[in-house]
Amino acid sequence: MANRSGGRIRSISYAKYGYIFILPFFLVYAIFQIYPLFNTFYLSFFGNGKKIDEFVGFENFKTLLFGGGFAQQAAHDSFIRVLSNTFILWFGNFIPQIILSLVLAAWFTNARLKIPGKGAYKIIMYMPNIITAASAAALFVMLFSDSQLGAINAMLLKNGFTTETISFVSGKTEARVMIMIIQTWMWYGNTTIMLMSGIMGINGSLFEAASIDGASHTQQFFRITLPLLRPILLYTVVTSMIGGLQMYDMPALYNVGTSQNKFTETIAVYIFNNFHDTSLNNFGYSAAASVILFVITSVLGSVCFAINRDKDVKVKKSKKTSKLL
Amino acid sequence: MNMVEEKVNRSKPKPLDIIVTACMIILCVLSLIPIYVLVVNATRTSVDITGNGVSLIPGLNLFKNIETMLDWSATGKVQYDAFTGYINSAIIAFSCTFLTVLFAGATAYGVCVYDFRLKGPAYTFILAVMMVPVQVTSVGFYQFMSKIGLTDNYLPLIIPAIAAPQVVFFMRQYMKSSFPLEIVEAARIDGSNEFRTFFTIAIPMMKPAFAVQAIFAFVASWNNYYMPSMILVSREPNQMTLPMMVNTILSNDKLADFGAKYAAIMLSIIPVVVVYFIFSKFIVEGVALGGVKE
Repeated sequence: MANRSGGRIRSISYAKYGYIFILPFFLVYAIFQIYPLFNTFYLSFFGNGKKIDEFVGFENFKTLLFGGGFAQQAAHDSFIRVLSNTFILWFGNFIPQIILSLVLAAWFTNARLKIPGKGAYKIIMYMPNIITAASAAALFVMLFSDSQLGAINAMLLKNGFTTETISFVSGKTEARVMIMIIQTWMWYGNTTIMLMSGIMGINGSLFEAASIDGASHTQQFFRITLPLLRPILLYTVVTSMIGGLQMYDMPALYNVGTSQNKFTETIAVYIFNNFHDTSLNNFGYSAAASVILFVITSVLGSVCFAINRDKDVKVKKSKKTSKLL
Repeated sequence: MNMVEEKVNRSKPKPLDIIVTACMIILCVLSLIPIYVLVVNATRTSVDITGNGVSLIPGLNLFKNIETMLDWSATGKVQYDAFTGYINSAIIAFSCTFLTVLFAGATAYGVCVYDFRLKGPAYTFILAVMMVPVQVTSVGFYQFMSKIGLTDNYLPLIIPAIAAPQVVFFMRQYMKSSFPLEIVEAARIDGSNEFRTFFTIAIPMMKPAFAVQAIFAFVASWNNYYMPSMILVSREPNQMTLPMMVNTILSNDKLADFGAKYAAIMLSIIPVVVVYFIFSKFIVEGVALGGVKE
């Protein structure tokens, strides 16, 4: 009872500070994100190119999603292409990355493993992430250049592994696999550190208690580490997912010159080129594609959070029950 | 029993230890090799690179390559000027990091420490908008910025850093697990005002989270190619960020000297690598400190 009235007094006298602390965030977010978001929705109802000021209703969505006449069919086909490219590239780098990172994080935080030089490994594994994507793209394009002047192709030809040059940059599967590898190379260290910081946030005495009770390594990982890691793991999954859907730098930059490889063009590249290229000026298609991307992200995101909240509620309930007991 | 076993383990490495260490060394080599090859190629002649492919042995041509590259920038053959790029990227990245960490910390603190009517909706909002990718708003953002004449300006690249929902989410998670609210009450009893409590007690206690997030924010901003290339439409050489400059090398097919190209890419990553090695100890320590000690 005493506790409760204390809480009430606190909520009366300090509430305004809560608003003061969160005000800058919401102010800036409203101007630089909310308004642009609504502006994007608004633009998606207007035309493309020369008809940019013409209100067309849901025409852009209809074109992108279902096609129609000759010009519309082309727009539809390229939209479907960039959408599937995005999902292929996302899966291709996300799956190996999360598995690798989880294993590494478990190893790094395992006090019973004797690994000399842990600190150095962590620093080195995170390093590719610090390398600017534009620089990494430039490096890989030069190394894997399609022509025989490219370092890797030159080497393969010289040693007789291939008789023809391989199109690492302009090819279909070759370029996709390359981007998946580069993305994994750049991001696994980052993901590992995020997961590690979560594992290390787990109360060490839990592991001590478990090992005194005779719990094995594997048992500790699955019964303590993974369940308690859930918030950070969820965070990692969600941010990786968002990152995957908005993958732009590597697909946009890992190309021959300025010509975009059609097989690695992601939805983010498509959106950017359509509104930023003044020769296209396709604000309508670009905005409509953005809205579709928004819907996809929202659905995936809310599924993720529904799972999490459900478990949160269960935990809270069981906590309340234990308090009552 | 357990104690005895532990001692035995300590004196002799187990097979698992060796396997794990080997895996880690392999991964480290894979992580480093592209960067090593870049540095090596920056020291080789163009003829050597195109003729012999990848080599792990450095050449002697580094200064000649850098000279060629500087000559390119001086004669305007390519819009790559490492020094200007460093300054431009640093201005944006440092401002963004500072704003992100400070205001995300403040927002998380506000949501965590205080009880107010809109607390629930405010936090739910932050969780919801975490899902919104930049690309979704960029058409509207770009159109809005051109309308109010803020293209070719750094402000649209810096100010939005104040509102970083993902960082708020992370900070709040961290605060919930390792920032006891009793401390705030104790500070109040000792006569500290709310802002002083935030700056002198909460921030120092939250240092690991701030450090990790600051590094992530800095990396994200420094590496950002999307936003600068969207906002800096005129591609003014004295305004471009480093990633934009590197891209001009790649898209310029008139540059024939491969050694000099590699040297230019190498120069573009040197400052980040140096900054990283200063900060990396901090990040690893920060992560290590992140463990909740009772």
